[in-house]
Amino acid sequence: MDKQTCLYAAHKSMGARLVPFGGWEMPLHYGSQKEEHHQVRRNAGMFDVSHMTVVDLEGPDARPYLRRLLANDVERLKDSGKALYSCMLNEQGGVVDDLIVYFLRDDWYRVVVNAGTTEKDLAWLKKQAEGFDLRITPRRDLAMIAVQGPNAREKALPLLPAEMRENVAALKPFNALPGDGWFVARTGYTGEDGFEIMLPESEAPGFWQALAAAGVVPCGLGARDTLRLEAGMNLYGSDMDESVSPLESGLGWTVAWEPVERDFVGRSVLEAQRKATGKRRFVGLLLTGRGVLRNHLKVFAGETEIGEITSGGFAPTLGRSIAFARVSAGIGETCDVEIRGKRVVAQVVKAPFVRNGKTCISL
Amino acid sequence: MSDTPSELRYAKSHEWVKNEGDGTVTIGITDHAQELLGDLVFVDMPEVGDNVEAGSECAVVESVKAASDIYSPVSGEIIAVNEALDDAPEKINDDAFGEGWIFKVKLSDAADLEGLFDAAGYDALVAEDA
Repeated sequence: MDKQTCLYAAHKSMGARLVPFGGWEMPLHYGSQKEEHHQVRRNAGMFDVSHMTVVDLEGPDARPYLRRLLANDVERLKDSGKALYSCMLNEQGGVVDDLIVYFLRDDWYRVVVNAGTTEKDLAWLKKQAEGFDLRITPRRDLAMIAVQGPNAREKALPLLPAEMRENVAALKPFNALPGDGWFVARTGYTGEDGFEIMLPESEAPGFWQALAAAGVVPCGLGARDTLRLEAGMNLYGSDMDESVSPLESGLGWTVAWEPVERDFVGRSVLEAQRKATGKRRFVGLLLTGRGVLRNHLKVFAGETEIGEITSGGFAPTLGRSIAFARVSAGIGETCDVEIRGKRVVAQVVKAPFVRNGKTCISL
Repeated sequence: MSDTPSELRYAKSHEWVKNEGDGTVTIGITDHAQELLGDLVFVDMPEVGDNVEAGSECAVVESVKAASDIYSPVSGEIIAVNEALDDAPEKINDDAFGEGWIFKVKLSDAADLEGLFDAAGYDALVAEDA
């Protein structure tokens, strides 16, 4: 039996098509996935992301613990509220999960992990906590709503708790602010400006309805996926998992190699891989021929199979099909993708494809 | 449910067939099918001149979500495809039973039509699935 978020009734009443996702029954769309996508690029959309898990890490050892746990380095976080994206690796350098960590105080960090990996993540967090003075608290009492789009902040601000508004209005990108049981972060997964807002479950349905009344359009997981794909953001389980390292997943930039003495989990394997030649590359693809790129389609250079698409689809902003692919190092400027037995030409491009409503690649 | 046109015939795999009365039929997918698929973004059409067998795959529609095979409910020769769908596959979402038609077939055996559902039969089938 899939779980339901505290906004389930609201989704139903707004006409959502609900589908199973990561152990939850979540909205895929509320009518038209393509239209929801456009609303986020052009105006403002909202997503129920309450299925994701907020975990508080509190105690005197929170910082040393996270510096061991994560491939990115929380030492980079100097100001309270600052966020960092990181992978959490296993000893083999594979990705256990990707997450966002917020620094609040030296003895309080907050992380947000994926829904489908929650139980495994919590077990991993606890296992790694051995010897550290630390309390790990999953915040199942919090709902989370992402409000995204060029008009998202303006529409959401007046609906926040009054004492937070002024300070939230001044938040810089990738910064967050707690207050009144709420937590507002200027982060997202769409390539647009906006907020991710954690709030008590009891207040979430009212806030959701108020956002709707302010003209923020409800959007499902379908649009969330095409938006993040256009924005060049990885999806755990598709683009990376425990069998691949961040260096072969386009996430080398999230690994903090300095200082060299910081011994994070998976470091030795990653160091060896970093020096090795012939690593697979993680590239963006733009389909120039006809069709739609889908997960697991095979990629060819001439007659040689060189890899596969990790996530692909139709990009509504571009009106074209795009994808991420993991391929052998020697890939050129174009490749072929096998779609239903036929080879179709795709151009190799650098993600992101779209940011802040603007196309970043030449079509 | 009363939106299912009574003049058409239907296949279990959610295609509709319009008998043009001259030995040819027009084929598309039902409104129910397009709703399940979501926004359509690409149609891979058969070639004019191809011969198709009743029940065989002959086109593919791709939505934002996934690719789905379209089966020809009848045997015969493809005599036309809806080229307007190349630039505007969303016509299937907007008007599944009209401008969203996909291809036309010259029947090799008119008896193929007798095995298809009428509107009431198709509606019952959809209701069962729900």
